[in-house]
Amino acid sequence: MKGMTIIVKTISSWVKVLIFLFGIYIILFGHLTPGGGFAGGVILASSYVLLMLAFGREFAEENLSLPVASKLDCVGALLFAAVALCGLLYGAADFFWNFIHQKYLMGTDYEFNLVSAGTIPLSNIAIGLKVGASLFLVVLALSIFRPEISGNKEE
Amino acid sequence: MLYALCFLLFMIGLYCAVTKKNMVKIVIGIMVMEYAVNLFLIMLGYRMGGVAPIIGRSDLESGLGDFLSKSVDPLPQALVLTAIVISLGSLALMISICIRMYEKYGTFDITQIRRLKG
Amino acid sequence: MSVFYILLLFMIIAAIIAVETDNLLSSVICVGAIGFGGSLIFLFLRAPDIAITQIVVEVLGLIILIRATISRDRTFITGDREFFGMVVSVVIIFVIFLAGMKVFETLPTFGTPIFANVPDAASQTYISEGMQKTGAANLVSSVILDFRAYDTLGEATVLFTSIIGATVILRKKAKKLLEEPDQ
Repeated sequence: MKGMTIIVKTISSWVKVLIFLFGIYIILFGHLTPGGGFAGGVILASSYVLLMLAFGREFAEENLSLPVASKLDCVGALLFAAVALCGLLYGAADFFWNFIHQKYLMGTDYEFNLVSAGTIPLSNIAIGLKVGASLFLVVLALSIFRPEISGNKEE
Repeated sequence: MLYALCFLLFMIGLYCAVTKKNMVKIVIGIMVMEYAVNLFLIMLGYRMGGVAPIIGRSDLESGLGDFLSKSVDPLPQALVLTAIVISLGSLALMISICIRMYEKYGTFDITQIRRLKG
Repeated sequence: MSVFYILLLFMIIAAIIAVETDNLLSSVICVGAIGFGGSLIFLFLRAPDIAITQIVVEVLGLIILIRATISRDRTFITGDREFFGMVVSVVIIFVIFLAGMKVFETLPTFGTPIFANVPDAASQTYISEGMQKTGAANLVSSVILDFRAYDTLGEATVLFTSIIGATVILRKKAKKLLEEPDQ
Protein backbone atom coordinates (compact mmCIF):
# COMPACT_ATOMS: atom_id res chain seq x y z
CA MET A 1 0.00 0.00 0.00
CA LYS A 2 1.63 3.24 -0.99
CA GLY A 3 1.47 6.50 0.93
CA MET A 4 0.13 9.91 0.13
CA THR A 5 1.55 13.21 -1.16
CA ILE A 6 4.31 15.12 0.54
CA ILE A 7 2.02 17.70 2.14
CA VAL A 8 0.11 14.96 3.96
CA LYS A 9 3.35 13.27 5.02
CA THR A 10 4.81 16.44 6.54
CA ILE A 11 1.70 17.45 8.45
CA SER A 12 0.97 13.97 9.72
CA SER A 13 4.48 13.51 11.03
CA TRP A 14 3.86 16.45 13.36
CA VAL A 15 0.26 15.64 14.25
CA LYS A 16 0.75 11.98 15.14
CA VAL A 17 3.00 12.88 18.06
CA LEU A 18 0.28 15.15 19.48
CA ILE A 19 -2.35 12.44 19.07
CA PHE A 20 -0.13 9.94 20.88
CA LEU A 21 0.45 12.39 23.73
CA PHE A 22 -3.28 13.11 23.97
CA GLY A 23 -3.98 9.39 24.19
CA ILE A 24 -1.52 8.97 27.06
CA TYR A 25 -3.09 11.94 28.88
CA ILE A 26 -6.59 10.48 28.60
CA ILE A 27 -5.37 7.13 29.99
CA LEU A 28 -3.39 8.53 32.89
CA PHE A 29 -6.02 10.98 34.13
CA GLY A 30 -8.85 8.50 33.76
CA HIS A 31 -9.79 8.59 37.42
CA LEU A 32 -10.11 12.38 37.61
CA THR A 33 -11.54 13.58 34.29
CA PRO A 34 -13.68 11.85 31.66
CA GLY A 35 -11.90 9.26 29.60
CA GLY A 36 -10.39 6.11 30.97
CA GLY A 37 -8.58 3.15 29.51
CA PHE A 38 -10.87 2.35 26.58
CA ALA A 39 -11.04 5.76 24.94
CA GLY A 40 -7.32 6.35 25.46
CA GLY A 41 -6.39 3.00 23.98
CA VAL A 42 -8.43 3.63 20.84
CA ILE A 43 -6.75 7.06 20.46
CA LEU A 44 -3.31 5.41 20.70
CA ALA A 45 -4.28 2.93 18.00
CA SER A 46 -5.55 5.69 15.75
CA SER A 47 -2.22 7.53 15.90
CA TYR A 48 -0.51 4.45 14.46
CA VAL A 49 -3.27 4.06 11.86
CA LEU A 50 -2.58 7.65 10.77
CA LEU A 51 1.08 6.70 10.33
CA MET A 52 0.08 3.73 8.21
CA LEU A 53 -2.33 5.69 6.00
CA ALA A 54 0.07 8.55 5.33
CA PHE A 55 3.35 6.72 4.80
CA GLY A 56 2.39 3.35 3.42
CA ARG A 57 2.15 -0.04 4.99
CA GLU A 58 5.85 -1.02 4.87
CA PHE A 59 6.97 2.02 6.83
CA ALA A 60 4.46 1.37 9.58
CA GLU A 61 5.39 -2.29 9.65
CA GLU A 62 9.02 -1.44 10.34
CA ASN A 63 7.88 0.81 13.16
CA LEU A 64 5.58 -1.66 14.90
CA SER A 65 5.45 -5.03 13.19
CA LEU A 66 2.82 -7.72 13.55
CA PRO A 67 4.57 -10.01 16.12
CA VAL A 68 5.50 -7.06 18.34
CA ALA A 69 1.93 -5.73 18.34
CA SER A 70 0.50 -9.09 19.26
CA LYS A 71 3.00 -9.49 22.09
CA LEU A 72 2.07 -6.04 23.44
CA ASP A 73 -1.56 -7.14 23.37
CA CYS A 74 -0.77 -10.18 25.49
CA VAL A 75 1.33 -8.13 27.92
CA GLY A 76 -1.59 -5.78 28.49
CA ALA A 77 -4.01 -8.61 29.22
CA LEU A 78 -1.55 -10.33 31.58
CA LEU A 79 -0.91 -7.07 33.44
CA PHE A 80 -4.63 -6.65 34.04
CA ALA A 81 -4.85 -10.20 35.37
CA ALA A 82 -1.82 -9.59 37.60
CA VAL A 83 -3.45 -6.52 39.16
CA ALA A 84 -6.52 -8.64 39.85
CA LEU A 85 -4.49 -11.44 41.42
CA CYS A 86 -2.65 -9.06 43.73
CA GLY A 87 -5.96 -8.26 45.34
CA LEU A 88 -6.39 -11.94 46.09
CA LEU A 89 -2.95 -12.27 47.62
CA TYR A 90 -3.29 -9.31 49.94
CA GLY A 91 -5.60 -10.84 52.45
CA ALA A 92 -9.14 -10.42 51.21
CA ALA A 93 -10.96 -13.35 49.71
CA ASP A 94 -11.75 -11.93 46.28
CA PHE A 95 -10.19 -10.64 43.07
CA PHE A 96 -10.06 -6.96 42.09
CA TRP A 97 -9.89 -5.75 45.68
CA ASN A 98 -8.54 -2.21 45.67
CA PHE A 99 -5.77 -3.16 48.07
CA ILE A 100 -3.69 -0.01 47.74
CA HIS A 101 -6.59 2.22 48.70
CA GLN A 102 -8.28 0.08 51.31
CA LYS A 103 -5.23 -1.01 53.25
CA TYR A 104 -2.83 1.87 53.14
CA LEU A 105 -4.37 5.11 52.13
CA MET A 106 -7.99 5.19 53.14
CA GLY A 107 -8.98 8.12 55.30
CA THR A 108 -6.03 10.30 54.45
CA ASP A 109 -6.68 13.46 52.54
CA TYR A 110 -5.12 12.70 49.17
CA GLU A 111 -7.96 12.82 46.68
CA PHE A 112 -7.90 14.78 43.40
CA ASN A 113 -4.18 14.15 42.90
CA LEU A 114 -2.72 12.19 40.04
CA VAL A 115 -1.43 9.49 42.39
CA SER A 116 -4.64 8.42 44.05
CA ALA A 117 -7.47 5.88 43.84
CA GLY A 118 -5.35 2.80 44.36
CA THR A 119 -5.29 0.23 41.59
CA ILE A 120 -7.51 2.22 39.22
CA PRO A 121 -4.67 3.97 37.30
CA LEU A 122 -2.79 0.66 36.97
CA SER A 123 -5.85 -1.03 35.50
CA ASN A 124 -6.38 1.94 33.17
CA ILE A 125 -2.83 1.61 31.81
CA ALA A 126 -3.20 -2.13 31.28
CA ILE A 127 -6.54 -1.77 29.49
CA GLY A 128 -5.28 1.10 27.33
CA LEU A 129 -2.25 -0.89 26.19
CA LYS A 130 -4.37 -3.91 25.41
CA VAL A 131 -7.09 -2.12 23.44
CA GLY A 132 -4.62 0.00 21.47
CA ALA A 133 -2.44 -2.93 20.43
CA SER A 134 -5.47 -5.06 19.47
CA LEU A 135 -7.05 -2.46 17.21
CA PHE A 136 -3.79 -1.61 15.47
CA LEU A 137 -3.22 -5.34 14.93
CA VAL A 138 -6.53 -5.82 13.18
CA VAL A 139 -6.10 -2.81 10.87
CA LEU A 140 -2.59 -4.01 9.97
CA ALA A 141 -3.87 -7.52 9.23
CA LEU A 142 -6.63 -6.09 7.01
CA SER A 143 -4.11 -4.07 5.05
CA ILE A 144 -1.63 -6.91 4.59
CA PHE A 145 -4.34 -9.17 3.25
CA ARG A 146 -5.67 -6.79 0.61
CA PRO A 147 -2.95 -6.73 -2.07
CA GLU A 148 -3.18 -10.49 -2.56
CA ILE A 149 -6.70 -10.67 -3.90
CA SER A 150 -7.23 -7.82 -6.30
CA GLY A 151 -3.78 -7.61 -7.81
CA ASN A 152 -3.07 -4.02 -8.61
CA LYS A 153 -6.06 -2.08 -7.29
CA GLU A 154 -4.26 0.12 -4.86
CA GLU A 155 -6.09 3.43 -4.94
CA MET B 1 -41.84 10.13 22.57
CA LEU B 2 -38.06 10.13 22.52
CA TYR B 3 -38.04 6.44 23.35
CA ALA B 4 -40.27 5.88 20.32
CA LEU B 5 -37.79 7.56 17.98
CA CYS B 6 -34.94 5.51 19.38
CA PHE B 7 -36.93 2.32 18.88
CA LEU B 8 -37.69 3.42 15.31
CA LEU B 9 -33.95 3.63 14.67
CA PHE B 10 -33.58 0.08 15.96
CA MET B 11 -36.35 -1.11 13.66
CA ILE B 12 -34.70 0.52 10.64
CA GLY B 13 -31.50 -1.39 11.40
CA LEU B 14 -33.44 -4.63 11.84
CA TYR B 15 -35.20 -4.15 8.50
CA CYS B 16 -31.86 -3.61 6.78
CA ALA B 17 -30.29 -6.69 8.37
CA VAL B 18 -33.21 -8.93 7.40
CA THR B 19 -34.16 -7.97 3.85
CA LYS B 20 -30.99 -6.91 2.06
CA LYS B 21 -28.93 -9.16 -0.19
CA ASN B 22 -25.57 -7.40 -0.09
CA MET B 23 -23.32 -8.66 2.70
CA VAL B 24 -21.96 -5.23 3.57
CA LYS B 25 -25.50 -3.86 3.89
CA ILE B 26 -26.24 -6.57 6.45
CA VAL B 27 -23.18 -5.50 8.45
CA ILE B 28 -24.33 -1.86 8.26
CA GLY B 29 -27.76 -2.88 9.57
CA ILE B 30 -26.20 -4.62 12.57
CA MET B 31 -24.14 -1.51 13.34
CA VAL B 32 -27.21 0.75 13.24
CA MET B 33 -28.92 -1.60 15.71
CA GLU B 34 -25.95 -1.34 18.06
CA TYR B 35 -25.99 2.48 17.96
CA ALA B 36 -29.71 2.49 18.77
CA VAL B 37 -29.34 0.17 21.78
CA ASN B 38 -26.47 2.18 23.30
CA LEU B 39 -28.46 5.38 22.87
CA PHE B 40 -31.51 3.88 24.56
CA LEU B 41 -29.52 2.74 27.59
CA ILE B 42 -28.03 6.18 28.17
CA MET B 43 -31.43 7.85 27.73
CA LEU B 44 -32.77 5.72 30.57
CA GLY B 45 -30.40 7.27 33.06
CA TYR B 46 -30.87 10.95 32.29
CA ARG B 47 -32.11 13.47 34.81
CA MET B 48 -33.58 16.80 33.66
CA GLY B 49 -31.13 19.57 34.44
CA GLY B 50 -28.58 17.14 35.85
CA VAL B 51 -24.79 17.22 35.94
CA ALA B 52 -22.24 14.67 34.78
CA PRO B 53 -21.20 12.09 37.40
CA ILE B 54 -17.79 13.60 38.18
CA ILE B 55 -17.15 14.95 41.67
CA GLY B 56 -15.39 18.30 41.98
CA ARG B 57 -13.65 19.78 44.97
CA SER B 58 -16.55 22.08 45.86
CA ASP B 59 -18.99 19.18 45.79
CA LEU B 60 -16.90 17.29 48.31
CA GLU B 61 -16.65 20.20 50.73
CA SER B 62 -20.38 20.92 50.80
CA GLY B 63 -21.37 17.33 51.44
CA LEU B 64 -22.56 14.84 48.88
CA GLY B 65 -26.30 15.19 49.46
CA ASP B 66 -26.70 18.05 47.01
CA PHE B 67 -24.68 16.17 44.39
CA LEU B 68 -26.82 13.09 44.91
CA SER B 69 -29.99 14.98 44.04
CA LYS B 70 -28.79 16.37 40.75
CA SER B 71 -26.42 13.91 39.12
CA VAL B 72 -27.29 11.51 36.34
CA ASP B 73 -27.08 7.76 36.72
CA PRO B 74 -23.52 6.41 36.35
CA LEU B 75 -24.44 2.74 36.03
CA PRO B 76 -25.80 2.69 32.43
CA GLN B 77 -22.79 4.71 31.32
CA ALA B 78 -20.45 2.08 32.70
CA LEU B 79 -22.28 -0.68 30.84
CA VAL B 80 -22.41 1.18 27.54
CA LEU B 81 -18.69 2.04 27.67
CA THR B 82 -17.66 -1.58 27.25
CA ALA B 83 -20.46 -2.25 24.75
CA ILE B 84 -19.15 0.39 22.35
CA VAL B 85 -15.65 -1.10 22.26
CA ILE B 86 -17.01 -4.63 21.85
CA SER B 87 -19.04 -3.48 18.83
CA LEU B 88 -15.80 -2.38 17.17
CA GLY B 89 -14.26 -5.82 17.73
CA SER B 90 -17.27 -7.58 16.27
CA LEU B 91 -17.28 -5.21 13.28
CA ALA B 92 -13.66 -6.20 12.56
CA LEU B 93 -14.58 -9.89 12.69
CA MET B 94 -17.61 -9.45 10.40
CA ILE B 95 -15.67 -7.46 7.81
CA SER B 96 -12.86 -10.02 7.74
CA ILE B 97 -15.44 -12.75 7.05
CA CYS B 98 -16.90 -10.62 4.21
CA ILE B 99 -13.48 -10.10 2.65
CA ARG B 100 -12.67 -13.78 2.83
CA MET B 101 -15.96 -14.71 1.18
CA TYR B 102 -15.38 -12.15 -1.57
CA GLU B 103 -12.02 -13.72 -2.27
CA LYS B 104 -13.48 -17.19 -2.48
CA TYR B 105 -16.72 -16.58 -4.42
CA GLY B 106 -16.08 -13.33 -6.25
CA THR B 107 -19.26 -11.56 -5.18
CA PHE B 108 -20.93 -9.92 -2.21
CA ASP B 109 -24.39 -11.23 -3.10
CA ILE B 110 -25.65 -13.88 -0.72
CA THR B 111 -28.10 -15.43 -3.20
CA GLN B 112 -25.27 -16.11 -5.65
CA ILE B 113 -23.22 -17.71 -2.91
CA ARG B 114 -26.06 -19.98 -2.06
CA ARG B 115 -26.14 -21.18 -5.65
CA LEU B 116 -22.42 -21.63 -6.17
CA LYS B 117 -21.61 -23.61 -3.00
CA GLY B 118 -17.89 -23.62 -3.83
CA MET C 1 -35.30 19.22 25.09
CA SER C 2 -35.84 20.16 21.46
CA VAL C 3 -32.17 19.57 20.68
CA PHE C 4 -32.73 15.87 21.35
CA TYR C 5 -35.54 15.76 18.79
CA ILE C 6 -33.46 17.54 16.15
CA LEU C 7 -30.48 15.22 16.60
CA LEU C 8 -32.61 12.08 16.66
CA LEU C 9 -34.38 13.13 13.46
CA PHE C 10 -30.97 13.71 11.86
CA MET C 11 -29.90 10.21 12.87
CA ILE C 12 -33.10 8.66 11.53
CA ILE C 13 -32.81 10.42 8.17
CA ALA C 14 -29.18 9.34 7.85
CA ALA C 15 -30.19 5.76 8.72
CA ILE C 16 -32.89 5.72 6.05
CA ILE C 17 -30.39 6.97 3.46
CA ALA C 18 -27.82 4.38 4.56
CA VAL C 19 -30.33 1.56 4.19
CA GLU C 20 -31.91 2.49 0.89
CA THR C 21 -29.09 3.73 -1.31
CA ASP C 22 -27.39 1.46 -3.85
CA ASN C 23 -23.89 2.86 -3.68
CA LEU C 24 -21.88 1.22 -0.89
CA LEU C 25 -19.62 4.19 -0.32
CA SER C 26 -22.58 6.54 0.33
CA SER C 27 -24.09 4.20 2.87
CA VAL C 28 -20.77 3.87 4.71
CA ILE C 29 -20.51 7.66 4.93
CA CYS C 30 -24.09 7.86 6.24
CA VAL C 31 -23.19 5.37 8.97
CA GLY C 32 -20.45 7.79 9.96
CA ALA C 33 -23.03 10.56 10.16
CA ILE C 34 -25.19 8.42 12.46
CA GLY C 35 -22.25 7.86 14.78
CA PHE C 36 -21.41 11.54 14.84
CA GLY C 37 -25.00 12.48 15.73
CA GLY C 38 -24.94 9.83 18.43
CA SER C 39 -21.82 11.34 19.96
CA LEU C 40 -23.47 14.78 20.05
CA ILE C 41 -26.54 13.35 21.78
CA PHE C 42 -24.32 11.66 24.38
CA LEU C 43 -22.73 15.02 25.11
CA PHE C 44 -26.12 16.62 25.72
CA LEU C 45 -27.20 13.68 27.87
CA ARG C 46 -24.35 14.50 30.31
CA ALA C 47 -22.14 11.52 29.49
CA PRO C 48 -18.69 12.84 28.46
CA ASP C 49 -16.87 9.48 28.78
CA ILE C 50 -19.25 7.90 26.32
CA ALA C 51 -19.04 10.80 23.87
CA ILE C 52 -15.23 10.55 23.65
CA THR C 53 -15.33 6.79 23.23
CA GLN C 54 -18.12 6.87 20.63
CA ILE C 55 -16.45 9.35 18.35
CA VAL C 56 -13.04 7.69 18.25
CA VAL C 57 -14.55 4.21 17.85
CA GLU C 58 -16.73 5.46 15.02
CA VAL C 59 -13.71 6.92 13.20
CA LEU C 60 -11.83 3.62 13.41
CA GLY C 61 -14.94 1.71 12.34
CA LEU C 62 -15.27 3.95 9.29
CA ILE C 63 -11.64 3.28 8.37
CA ILE C 64 -12.17 -0.47 8.60
CA LEU C 65 -15.39 -0.36 6.55
CA ILE C 66 -13.95 1.88 3.84
CA ARG C 67 -10.81 -0.19 3.48
CA ALA C 68 -12.89 -3.26 2.97
CA THR C 69 -15.25 -1.91 0.33
CA ILE C 70 -13.63 0.87 -1.60
CA SER C 71 -11.97 -0.88 -4.48
CA ARG C 72 -14.15 -3.84 -5.09
CA ASP C 73 -15.95 -3.91 -8.42
CA ARG C 74 -19.24 -5.14 -7.11
CA THR C 75 -20.74 -2.07 -5.51
CA PHE C 76 -24.03 -2.39 -7.37
CA ILE C 77 -26.18 -5.42 -6.76
CA THR C 78 -28.98 -5.89 -9.28
CA GLY C 79 -31.46 -8.65 -9.64
CA ASP C 80 -35.00 -9.44 -8.72
CA ARG C 81 -36.21 -8.68 -5.21
CA GLU C 82 -38.27 -11.23 -3.36
CA PHE C 83 -41.48 -9.30 -2.95
CA PHE C 84 -43.34 -11.70 -0.71
CA GLY C 85 -40.49 -12.06 1.78
CA MET C 86 -40.07 -8.32 2.05
CA VAL C 87 -43.76 -7.68 2.71
CA VAL C 88 -43.91 -10.33 5.43
CA SER C 89 -40.84 -8.96 7.21
CA VAL C 90 -42.17 -5.37 7.05
CA VAL C 91 -45.48 -6.49 8.59
CA ILE C 92 -43.71 -8.39 11.38
CA ILE C 93 -41.43 -5.44 12.13
CA PHE C 94 -44.45 -3.14 12.35
CA VAL C 95 -46.17 -5.49 14.81
CA ILE C 96 -43.03 -5.59 16.98
CA PHE C 97 -42.94 -1.78 16.89
CA LEU C 98 -46.52 -1.52 18.14
CA ALA C 99 -45.81 -4.01 20.93
CA GLY C 100 -42.76 -1.97 21.93
CA MET C 101 -44.89 1.16 22.22
CA LYS C 102 -47.06 -0.61 24.76
CA VAL C 103 -44.01 -1.62 26.81
CA PHE C 104 -42.60 1.90 26.89
CA GLU C 105 -45.61 3.15 28.82
CA THR C 106 -44.42 1.20 31.86
CA LEU C 107 -41.04 2.94 31.97
CA PRO C 108 -40.65 6.14 34.01
CA THR C 109 -40.95 9.30 31.95
CA PHE C 110 -37.89 10.71 30.26
CA GLY C 111 -36.00 12.83 32.78
CA THR C 112 -36.30 10.87 36.01
CA PRO C 113 -33.76 8.08 36.43
CA ILE C 114 -34.80 4.86 38.10
CA PHE C 115 -32.76 5.41 41.25
CA ALA C 116 -34.69 8.59 42.08
CA ASN C 117 -37.80 6.52 42.71
CA VAL C 118 -36.25 3.42 44.27
CA PRO C 119 -34.36 4.33 47.45
CA ASP C 120 -32.13 1.27 47.65
CA ALA C 121 -30.98 1.00 44.06
CA ALA C 122 -27.33 0.27 43.32
CA SER C 123 -26.61 3.75 41.96
CA GLN C 124 -27.36 5.38 45.32
CA THR C 125 -24.45 3.48 46.87
CA TYR C 126 -22.18 4.19 43.92
CA ILE C 127 -22.71 7.94 44.12
CA SER C 128 -22.78 8.47 47.87
CA GLU C 129 -19.98 6.10 48.89
CA GLY C 130 -17.95 5.78 45.70
CA MET C 131 -15.44 8.47 46.47
CA GLN C 132 -14.86 7.33 50.01
CA LYS C 133 -14.42 3.66 49.15
CA THR C 134 -12.30 3.96 46.03
CA GLY C 135 -10.80 7.43 46.08
CA ALA C 136 -11.56 8.22 42.43
CA ALA C 137 -13.30 11.44 41.44
CA ASN C 138 -14.70 10.03 38.18
CA LEU C 139 -17.61 7.85 39.30
CA VAL C 140 -17.86 5.95 36.01
CA SER C 141 -14.21 4.84 36.32
CA SER C 142 -14.78 3.70 39.87
CA VAL C 143 -17.81 1.69 38.74
CA ILE C 144 -16.10 -0.08 35.85
CA LEU C 145 -12.78 -0.74 37.53
CA ASP C 146 -13.63 -1.28 41.16
CA PHE C 147 -17.26 -2.06 41.84
CA ARG C 148 -17.88 -4.01 38.62
CA ALA C 149 -14.44 -5.08 37.53
CA TYR C 150 -15.61 -8.53 36.43
CA ASP C 151 -17.49 -6.91 33.55
CA THR C 152 -14.27 -5.27 32.42
CA LEU C 153 -12.46 -8.60 32.59
CA GLY C 154 -15.18 -10.15 30.43
CA GLU C 155 -14.96 -7.31 27.96
CA ALA C 156 -11.18 -7.69 27.67
CA THR C 157 -11.68 -11.38 26.98
CA VAL C 158 -14.31 -10.78 24.28
CA LEU C 159 -12.17 -8.17 22.54
CA PHE C 160 -9.12 -10.45 22.69
CA THR C 161 -11.05 -13.37 21.20
CA SER C 162 -12.60 -11.38 18.37
CA ILE C 163 -9.26 -9.88 17.36
CA ILE C 164 -7.65 -13.33 17.36
CA GLY C 165 -10.52 -14.58 15.19
CA ALA C 166 -10.13 -11.73 12.71
CA THR C 167 -6.35 -12.25 12.49
CA VAL C 168 -6.72 -16.00 11.94
CA ILE C 169 -9.30 -15.57 9.17
CA LEU C 170 -7.09 -13.12 7.31
CA ARG C 171 -4.07 -15.38 7.19
CA LYS C 172 -2.57 -16.23 3.82
CA LYS C 173 0.38 -18.39 4.65
CA ALA C 174 -1.52 -21.61 5.35
CA LYS C 175 -2.01 -22.35 1.68
CA LYS C 176 1.71 -22.38 1.02
CA LEU C 177 2.28 -24.89 3.80
CA LEU C 178 -0.24 -27.23 2.23
CA GLU C 179 1.26 -26.98 -1.24
CA GLU C 180 4.76 -28.04 -0.25
CA PRO C 181 4.79 -31.65 0.83
CA ASP C 182 8.41 -31.96 1.75
CA GLN C 183 8.23 -34.68 4.33
